Amino acid sequence: MTTKITKILIANRGEIACRVIRTARKMGIKTVAVYSDADRSALHVRMADETVHIGPSPAAESYLIADKIIAAAQQTGADAIHPGYGFLSENPAFVRACHAAGITFIGPSAEAMEAMGLKDAAKALMTKAGVPVTPGYQGDNQDPDHLAEQAGKIGYPVLIKAVAGGGGKGMRKVDDAKDFKDALASCQREATASFGNAVVLIEKYILSPRHIEVQVFGDAHGNVVHMFERDCSLQRRHQKVIEEAPAPGMTEDVRAAMTTAAVKAAQAVDYQGAGTVEFIVDGSGSLRTDGFWFMEMNTRLQVEHPVTEMITGLDLVEWQIRVAQGEALPDQTEITLSGHAVEARLYAEDPANDFVPSIGRIQHIDSSSQSDGDITTRVDTGVESGGTVSIFYDPMIAKAITHAEHRDEAILNLGQLIDDMEVTGVKTNAGFLIRCLFTDDFIEGRIDTSFIAEHATELTAPDYISRDETYALAALALHDQATDSAFGAFGRLEGWRPNLPPRNRHHFIKDGEMISVDIIDQNQTSASLLVEGRAVHISLATEDATLDNDAALSHSILWDSLVQRDAVSLTRMGDFIIVPRFVPGGQNAATSGNAVIAPMSGKVISVLVEPGATVAADQPLVILEAMKMEMTLKSPRDGVVSEVTAVVGVLVDDGQALVTLEDMVADAE
Amino acid sequence: MPVIASKIDTTSAEFAQNRDAMSALTDDLQRLVAHYAQGGSERAREKHLSRGKLLPRERVERLLDPGTPFLEFSQLAGHEMYEFEVPMAGIITGIGRVSGRECVVICNDPTVKGGTYFSMTGKKQQRAQDIALENRLPVIYLVDSGGGYLPRQAEMFADKNHFGRSFFNQAKMSREGIAQIACVMGSCTAGGAYVPAMADEAVIVANQGTIFLAGPPLVKAATGEEIDAETLGGGMLHASQSGVVDHLAANDDHALAIVRDIISTLEPKEPHFLPTGEGDAPLYPTHELGGVVSADIRKPYDCREIIARIVDGSRFTEFKALYGPTLVTGFAEIEGYPVGILGNNGVLFSESAMKGAHFIELCCQRKIPLLFLQNITGFMVGSKAEAGGIAKHGAKMVHAVANAQVPKFTVVVGGSYGAGNYGMCGRAYEPRLMFMWPNSRISVMGGDQAANVLADVARGSDGWSDEEREAFMQPIKDKYEVEGHPYYASARIWDDGIIAPEDTRTVLGLGLAMSANAPVPEMKFGVFRM
Repeated sequence: MTTKITKILIANRGEIACRVIRTARKMGIKTVAVYSDADRSALHVRMADETVHIGPSPAAESYLIADKIIAAAQQTGADAIHPGYGFLSENPAFVRACHAAGITFIGPSAEAMEAMGLKDAAKALMTKAGVPVTPGYQGDNQDPDHLAEQAGKIGYPVLIKAVAGGGGKGMRKVDDAKDFKDALASCQREATASFGNAVVLIEKYILSPRHIEVQVFGDAHGNVVHMFERDCSLQRRHQKVIEEAPAPGMTEDVRAAMTTAAVKAAQAVDYQGAGTVEFIVDGSGSLRTDGFWFMEMNTRLQVEHPVTEMITGLDLVEWQIRVAQGEALPDQTEITLSGHAVEARLYAEDPANDFVPSIGRIQHIDSSSQSDGDITTRVDTGVESGGTVSIFYDPMIAKAITHAEHRDEAILNLGQLIDDMEVTGVKTNAGFLIRCLFTDDFIEGRIDTSFIAEHATELTAPDYISRDETYALAALALHDQATDSAFGAFGRLEGWRPNLPPRNRHHFIKDGEMISVDIIDQNQTSASLLVEGRAVHISLATEDATLDNDAALSHSILWDSLVQRDAVSLTRMGDFIIVPRFVPGGQNAATSGNAVIAPMSGKVISVLVEPGATVAADQPLVILEAMKMEMTLKSPRDGVVSEVTAVVGVLVDDGQALVTLEDMVADAE
Repeated sequence: MPVIASKIDTTSAEFAQNRDAMSALTDDLQRLVAHYAQGGSERAREKHLSRGKLLPRERVERLLDPGTPFLEFSQLAGHEMYEFEVPMAGIITGIGRVSGRECVVICNDPTVKGGTYFSMTGKKQQRAQDIALENRLPVIYLVDSGGGYLPRQAEMFADKNHFGRSFFNQAKMSREGIAQIACVMGSCTAGGAYVPAMADEAVIVANQGTIFLAGPPLVKAATGEEIDAETLGGGMLHASQSGVVDHLAANDDHALAIVRDIISTLEPKEPHFLPTGEGDAPLYPTHELGGVVSADIRKPYDCREIIARIVDGSRFTEFKALYGPTLVTGFAEIEGYPVGILGNNGVLFSESAMKGAHFIELCCQRKIPLLFLQNITGFMVGSKAEAGGIAKHGAKMVHAVANAQVPKFTVVVGGSYGAGNYGMCGRAYEPRLMFMWPNSRISVMGGDQAANVLADVARGSDGWSDEEREAFMQPIKDKYEVEGHPYYASARIWDDGIIAPEDTRTVLGLGLAMSANAPVPEMKFGVFRM
């Protein structure tokens, strides 16, 4: 029996809400967007046919409240709800509430969710269904012989871990049975000394673990199919960064084994709709049919589903809807794999500063997708130029996806795509992503879940601002602008002085101090400069094809530059370097050193001064809460407070002046 | 346009000898300018810096758009004129771009006798003002001066073109819509107080700039009031109470930034004429000029060799090439701007003078700027010349030069003697800019001729032994050598500066761009004696 869905409410926001709306529209289905205060003018709200406001900005007061969502669906007459990912997407109670309200939930049954939601129970269920799970022993019997026997069953190498352990203590890796007892004794001694508890557990030690998952789909007719695998090994603190399909090094027999196991897993819970079975895989050598183990099953559409769409040509959201309408899935043989797809998650965050989210207004983003011969690029985003990244939600800006016949083409084009998106206004991980993509190990498919941690130094933004070349490039950009020959002879001649050496000096700020950059000589092909007296050579003509920004710093032609009143911005391959110019103070409070500025958007927790108060340098003035962290803002110098604009409990924007000190000039008088 | 074919052999011994002679002269010039560019004594400079002030030259540099040229004037003003050194006459003047706009900058050097005004300080300032007026350029005054240099007040106070003329000029330029912007970065005492007061808009640096008609010592003497300089006339007083200034700056850099912002608020302005050519470099490099010009100023050379190393692509369309050949006339382009060039190839005959007058009329008719390359001993003398009317023919040329209102530029590349100086647009004929080469000489006549004339006047031709006559003449020759030297001329601001020959094209390119800021009037002449 099929029931045609006519109107879908999307219980989500951002790129996934936009993504679902697009498919619904293609299928002739009306859409309803829900939004919080913060999303009043968000893209998904503008795209939908109808919109319903569901409360304040925090998700716990809006997107996570099932009653509000269901009321919105009833109010608009929506006959189905698509949960997207996150929020209520894996909440069995919400599924039941939908059913009780007579609304179709586009996703699996509450029972399937529950079965997969409890990790230990799920593992037991999988073992029963014949799906390999990570072997281990966590029992009360702590007899060394028994433990050694268990270790032998698990298979070496194993990890002995103190149950009470942590911080790397009370942990031993054992490669060979003959070493087990010594290692156990040593581990127990350390555990007793450190935690007062000698109890240990034993786990299979998986070498070079990779994260490979299989996309599965079930329908109401008992069919379960798979749509091949995705490799999501590139993770940072368990957060996926780059995903691709198919997995590098995948062979037909391993794929057969893994997809078979995944289909079994789905069948075990009578799964309907889109789901993902995640495996941990031994990546120490070639992939093996006995080298993968079930971790968990995600009972929703994954963030990274586009790579599967790209290699299969299927629209997964469309199939979610069709399955929810009771349609039957295509036969497994009709689902084919073609080419290679890679996705990167573009975040508003600062890789150079421990990936702290960068909140604010996106001045510019180019999110056009296109298909050019064998290369397809796709950008899934929920923001446009002028949109904002708020403190309330995940700071993902967009997903960039490319598809090509070969993996290296897809990778190269993805780097270019991310660079072309040219996101400005907030800091992004674009440079970090491009560096990940262009790392030799990644290009050659040598990946595992520790990839990012192991390459951390080279991947996080290098400290460009410490490089003399950065200032040299900024000076050349300023020079190009100042010496437009359209101005006549006074716009040329390179700082010519009669009877005296030429003067071609630009000033910048580095570490709070003014520095000078002299352009000494410039011809068609190169420029020589002095940065604080240190010689720097920049190439102006030869286009070096390097993908490495660090190496490209000596080639001005490779960088895009934008001259602004206060700074010169240099951009290339996702890196966005802002070189502050020396701008003599006093233009306004924000640049005079008189103001205490909110460094990021947040909420004022406490105001510690009043107008007229005399304050000392570094005296705390305001406490701000941003990104769940408290931040104490201090006085930049000794002075007298002239104005306090911060109000407790009020949200402030990045760059807003909170406290202003009296002018220094006035102080002196 | 035809291209000049140079006949110079740059590998010849003569070329090398000429080049070396000229290098020695330019080296000396550059050494001297570098010395004066430092400003006052090391002690004075250190004291200035210790107060957190920028040195005057750095003030100018940071005012200008970075990486753009600065056409500085009168670098040798005051050279060897006083009992002590007064480098650059204690003031820096020139044209540079500020916020995209060509401006005249006038900056006192307080490290030179407190920035006080000597005779040449005032003259240099007024010359810069004249350039601003003629070319309609905004003027920026970076003021830091104690007023007149009291021990020599008679040389700078009372006459028409003395100190008072500066304020007269400010008022007149303001009336003409030529912006007058003052930035008080130090003392601004007595007469100096009128610089910001007469400016259209003024900035002062807090706790550093002061403006008062009389400083604390004079106030105490006059009224008995005891008061410190800051309270009497500091930045806060003038910005908040007296209204003498409009903007209060925290420091030198901030003040200069405010000035740059002020300039960016001026009414936008398009040039009155634009380059029409591509501005390509000469076919023959400018650095060959030193080797082209004979080391011996009396030895003739073809001035086309100079033109070939100044004009775009060495292209030159000569006018009346076969007539009056001692004056070369023709059309060319410099940095893309069309110019009419007059260059000397010997003494001016009647024909040359008439040709020159004709050519000047052509350029005025076509509104083409004029360039005079002076290397002239004078007009032809003798019975034949007089009977041929050399006086009236020369007068035609002088008349044409005087009344030509297109921008005129003069470069003295050799001798500049007698009425030749007038006919070839000497200082009195108001060229927009006038520069000299370091090998040049300028005087009413050559030292030898003057000595002979004076000897004849004194004793006639008989009764002298050769030794006696030589002994009489030598001091005269020596005096002419000193007074005819370009340093002597430039010290007295008879020109706008001495330049290395290879900089000629650059200076002219900047001068032409400068002159494009003012409209070119319609041609108008008086009565030519026919």
